[in-house]
Amino acid sequence: MNQQDLETRFQDKIDREVKIEAKDWMPEAYRKTLIRQISQHAHSEVVGMLPEGNWITRAPSLRRKAALLAKIQDEAGHGLYLYSAAETMGVSRDQLLDELHTGKAKYSSIFNYPALSWSDMGAIGWLVDGAAIMNQVMLQRTSYGPYSRAMIRICKEESFHQRQGYEILLTLVRGSAEQKAMAQDSLNRWWWPSLMMFGPSDAESTHSEQSLKWKVKRKTNDVLRQAFVDATVPQAQYLGLTIPDPDLKWNEETGHWEFGPIDWDEFWNVVKGNGICNRQRLRDRVNAHEEGAWVRDAAVAYAQKKEARKAVVTP
Amino acid sequence: MKDWPLWEVFIRSRNGLDHKHVGSLHATDWEMAIENARDVYTRRNEGVSIWVVESKFIHASDPEEQDSMFESARDKVYRHPTFYDIPDEVGHM
Repeated sequence: MNQQDLETRFQDKIDREVKIEAKDWMPEAYRKTLIRQISQHAHSEVVGMLPEGNWITRAPSLRRKAALLAKIQDEAGHGLYLYSAAETMGVSRDQLLDELHTGKAKYSSIFNYPALSWSDMGAIGWLVDGAAIMNQVMLQRTSYGPYSRAMIRICKEESFHQRQGYEILLTLVRGSAEQKAMAQDSLNRWWWPSLMMFGPSDAESTHSEQSLKWKVKRKTNDVLRQAFVDATVPQAQYLGLTIPDPDLKWNEETGHWEFGPIDWDEFWNVVKGNGICNRQRLRDRVNAHEEGAWVRDAAVAYAQKKEARKAVVTP
Repeated sequence: MKDWPLWEVFIRSRNGLDHKHVGSLHATDWEMAIENARDVYTRRNEGVSIWVVESKFIHASDPEEQDSMFESARDKVYRHPTFYDIPDEVGHM
């Protein structure tokens, strides 16, 4: 079968909603797109642990601490599911980690913002995980089987992340005036970066059209962003907090919340490495990897020792 | 991770059900693979039993030959109960 026929048959499978599996023929560009997207997603889970890790020892109660630990543990697990899915496409884990550590691969820019107060743990759970869930719910139906299955598993676990965040804020807004102000301050800082998580607007998005045709993505950045705003505004109102957007208003006709312009200069600036925490996050990640090298070496040595001992016992 | 082989993980969610493939992970040996599988794939009581198989030992049919591979079953409708006409009066059979 020639290249053209293979590609026609591939697209036909996608159009019929038949999932693509690891050993199936796929265009090189599809493989590349997915490796890039899945590994970026995996890196985001891993780097996403850093801003939260800072607050484990500062959690205000044992209940909050246990929840935060469990959330961070989930994120490590989600990173693993995603790396595994990427590896089914013939790329090695070492190669992926190397791309992250050398700054060649990207991760979600949201993690280049600092988590300054305890209420940021609430805002991150509610907004950042909320935005991630919007995207991940869609990706459960992505055309690549291993990615889709990883997403289904992740979505099952993710809902607690958002709920625990919202509960943190709910507790703060019912507390003292200072606590409520702290919650408002978190919303002020995290709102716009959360909207940017969905990526450039459809008109500016370079990968969108092909990704939709291949059903790697099922909805556009702008559609997902709007769905997030519509879901989140009433939740902010319930908290009694004000979304930092003077242009925000309900449109009776469309049934959607209209929001003001996004500062794309800020977005691209952070993507290009000039956010508040870009350098710190990468440094912490590389340090964690390098300082953990002895654990990986010891595990290999231990496995070899066990193997050698077994050979002696059973001649 | 270079020296850590890849393992496929299978989980039995409760007794009476089959082990089902849930994903994969890297580990130095089967014992570490089971311990890690517990930590990443059963954090919410998803399982009562874990199997791990080193990925290199799994052999798979070729997806390119899917059509010819499974073709012989396609025209054998008489293997299905609905192929046979039994009057309704006979009841469930």
